Amino acid sequence: MPWGEFKDTAAERRLFQRRALVMLTVVVLALGGLMARMYQLQIVENDTYTTLSDKNRVQVQSVPPPRGLIYDRNGELLAENRPVFSVTVVPERVEGMDETLSELEGIINVSDQDLERFERRLHEPRRPYQEIPLRYDLTEEEIAKLAVHRHELPGVEVKAELVRYYPHSVLTSHVLGYVGRINREELQNIDAVNYAGTNYIGKSGIEKFYEKTLHGKVGYQHVETNARGRILRVLERENPVPGEDLQLQLDLRLQKKAYELLDGRRGAVVAIEPKTGGILALASVPGFDTNKFVTGISVDDYRELRESKDKPLFNRALRGQYPPGSTLKPMLAVAALDSGATTRTKKIWDPGYFQLNDTGRRYRDWKRWGHGWVDLKKAIAQSCDTYFYGVAVDMGVDTMSGYLSSFGFGEDATLDVSGALSGLLPSREWKRAARKEPWYPGDSVNLGIGQGFMLATPLQLATATALIANRGQWVEPRLLKDVLGDDPVNKVLPPETHEPLKLKNPSDWEYVVDSMAEVMEGAHGTARRAAQGAPYRMAGKTGTAQVYSLEEDEEYDANEIRERLRDHALFVGFAPVDDPKIVVSVIVENGGSGSGTAAPVARAMFDTWLLDLKHGEDSGKVSMANTTGAN
Amino acid sequence: MALKDLMDSGSANPLGRPRSIWTTLHLDPVLLILLLLLICSGLFVLYSGADRNIEVVKAQGIRMTIAFVVMLVFAQLDPAVFRRWAPWLYVVGLIALAAVLVAGVGAKGAQRWLAIPGLPRFQPSELMKLVVPMMAAWYLSRHYLPPRFSHVVVGLGIVLLPMGMIIEQPDLGTSLLVGLAGIFVVFFAGMSWKLISAVFALVSVSAPLMWFFVMRDYQKQRVLTLLDPQSDPLGAGWNIIQSKTAIGSGGLEGKGWLLGTQSHLEFLPESHTDFIVAVLAEEFGFIGMALLLTTYFLIILRCLYIAATAQDSFSRLVAGALTMTFFIYVFVNVGMVSGLLPVVGVPLPLISYGGTSSVTLMAAFGVLMSIHTHRRMLAA
Repeated sequence: MPWGEFKDTAAERRLFQRRALVMLTVVVLALGGLMARMYQLQIVENDTYTTLSDKNRVQVQSVPPPRGLIYDRNGELLAENRPVFSVTVVPERVEGMDETLSELEGIINVSDQDLERFERRLHEPRRPYQEIPLRYDLTEEEIAKLAVHRHELPGVEVKAELVRYYPHSVLTSHVLGYVGRINREELQNIDAVNYAGTNYIGKSGIEKFYEKTLHGKVGYQHVETNARGRILRVLERENPVPGEDLQLQLDLRLQKKAYELLDGRRGAVVAIEPKTGGILALASVPGFDTNKFVTGISVDDYRELRESKDKPLFNRALRGQYPPGSTLKPMLAVAALDSGATTRTKKIWDPGYFQLNDTGRRYRDWKRWGHGWVDLKKAIAQSCDTYFYGVAVDMGVDTMSGYLSSFGFGEDATLDVSGALSGLLPSREWKRAARKEPWYPGDSVNLGIGQGFMLATPLQLATATALIANRGQWVEPRLLKDVLGDDPVNKVLPPETHEPLKLKNPSDWEYVVDSMAEVMEGAHGTARRAAQGAPYRMAGKTGTAQVYSLEEDEEYDANEIRERLRDHALFVGFAPVDDPKIVVSVIVENGGSGSGTAAPVARAMFDTWLLDLKHGEDSGKVSMANTTGAN
Repeated sequence: MALKDLMDSGSANPLGRPRSIWTTLHLDPVLLILLLLLICSGLFVLYSGADRNIEVVKAQGIRMTIAFVVMLVFAQLDPAVFRRWAPWLYVVGLIALAAVLVAGVGAKGAQRWLAIPGLPRFQPSELMKLVVPMMAAWYLSRHYLPPRFSHVVVGLGIVLLPMGMIIEQPDLGTSLLVGLAGIFVVFFAGMSWKLISAVFALVSVSAPLMWFFVMRDYQKQRVLTLLDPQSDPLGAGWNIIQSKTAIGSGGLEGKGWLLGTQSHLEFLPESHTDFIVAVLAEEFGFIGMALLLTTYFLIILRCLYIAATAQDSFSRLVAGALTMTFFIYVFVNVGMVSGLLPVVGVPLPLISYGGTSSVTLMAAFGVLMSIHTHRRMLAA
């Protein structure tokens, strides 16, 4: 066998060298090809890849603006922002959601409720790479534990977030409303750019109405992140513009008083400053803890609130639509005088009932034996139904409806009260459209004492009463007192729209006010007991609204009717009579009689405002001076 | 011609010039300098690619030292030793590969390692990168060259048997390198162009069949990913998108050492192993890549020169094949990282972090130095 050198001919060597030359050519071409590739990527397409590389590492993050704070008229803080540490998960960055969640459960305490809420949000539409909170309010210890394990948990972050907190949440629940996580529907309507970093939005009340003012303007920061999305440094930052702080007309002390007065009952109290329309108190009892709603209420808690017989979520002051009953009589009196349906001197004989004609149905007065000879003043002071039955028929539905509309019934006359309902102001047209029936004279009879179809909210009753207190000057109810920022109040507060109610004889106002004072002061005034011993004069009107309608000639006996079927007790009034500082409307559901239950509540509100809070002497100056105190 | 002079320096002169110190040490200074240059700059890139982890650099330094010693040892052996041992090593290698298939250990679903008690764990397929070309060269150089058809068939059989066993592990990258090393031997031996064309034709015809009957799903996926990385940008396409981004964003001069954002911010996967060239490209730019590829080219050029001037056919065939294997490493790795070739596990030679392939590579350079420095005085 020839080995190596023995057969190593020149031919073999030349053969190899030729082949080596071929391979060298291949190498040159291949390495040249790689160089060409590098030239293509690094020189020709450099811009593209530089952009890609920057997009990789630099991310624009939105910085949510801190939400504006809310104060009461004395500078008492009603809504603030508190830092809350929460653990969040970015699903896009997680390696195995189930493993991550079970590992987290081993580190921190995660309740079934948290998990359930998390799962729900996981399946809701959201922005890509938006984190989903798993648990809020981490303790220091839990934060530390998470920090230790954080390298094992990609996509899991501990975030400090400013979360809305209501220090007086139950007292202010129906005024401020609350903020909550932005939901599917809201996501479609908000300015996506400005809300890029925001997780919360006003859901109701002031928080909803002044959402734009409270929210502020989003800021941005360019951050460098690694592939796992962890921020390494901030490259550039544009600070957010914080939301503007709001000061409300509300007086927390008066508000608190209202809740105390109705404690254990169901009802509403609205107090308005007649000069300004400022809502001093707006209580719907029971209230609820709005803080539970901010980070997402659990299903159980929500069910409990929703299914409670006392309906704490129901805002009775704005949305409770009740038959106004006799509290409507002062407004009807104004209408009757101005329309000429009656005069100050006209008297009628009240036998205890009213009949449209001799054989017709008897419309009963609350006083079985009648009031005897009754003029308008007495009809108001003693709440004579028979007088108003007749006046109502004389005026007719069109006149009544027209005047009542001027008092703000049948519309939401508020400027900035979110969710206020309009009640129901019946008219010929309404009845034809809604009931497919003509307006019967009997309907007018019922309307004459605020029963029948008519519905009004406590806020509407207070508004209408304020119009009387102001002798025809309109003041739309409003919650906002001041913007503690750049915007002037009138820029964010909607414009006033109502014309004053001008009477042919303006002294009719004083006549009606006197009649209402008679309710409180007169020897037979229905609310005389509630007014006893007051160092100031007050005007008012009691009312009861039937929950349970009585048949003709049927006797009403409160004791025999179960508590929930008892009449609602109503009262509207203002004080002092000559220079009104406060208008109050009260409804106590199933409270029985207006004079016995509702009027004392109003009296206590008057006392608190005029005596305890000293608005009796010179309210204008006091309220201004107090605005910056107690902050 | 300057290049010619450069290439000639240090080669032994059979015609009586005094033996240089390099010949005595059995080292080739040109190759040595180029390799040291490559290894040292490689450590700098590794420091960056490993995100400033000095431990990684130290470990690699130790491995490179071991590899260097292996090279020195191989350089001292006479090529005749390799030729004598080739058949035996080949048989041992085949047995070891069979053992791997039966009882190998490994990770990620592939069995590559053989753990024999009392011996360090080793990868028989690495050994075969050297043994297969030696065996093929041993067989072919026993006959007159160019080889006859039957010799070519046997020669290809010698190559394809171990290659097939490595594919079974499965280790596509290594089987490719082993197979090509052997096939280069057959090519250098003078396999006729007709036959080469025929084989090429056969491969082109069988490629679609391979797709359906031989390739595994993950291998197909790699090919598909190469064609359209955007089809799965966060999954299979991620590596290739990120490495192209790293390379492309490097521009002409690069972002500077340790300043590559793609690698340091962890966007680039495997930045200190298979994808390290992307780190170099990002931080040193087109200029850095040009220098790197030039260094590789000079090493290949020097090695081909050594092969072309070798004294016997066995040495020529082995030297040529090992050189071309080295080239394949470079081409496949850079081609894969820059998105020209599918992702196969081939490291960037002498720079990527990892021990086994570096040792094999340096052993191959030892063989080349041995061939260059063990020259016989021929009977004229």
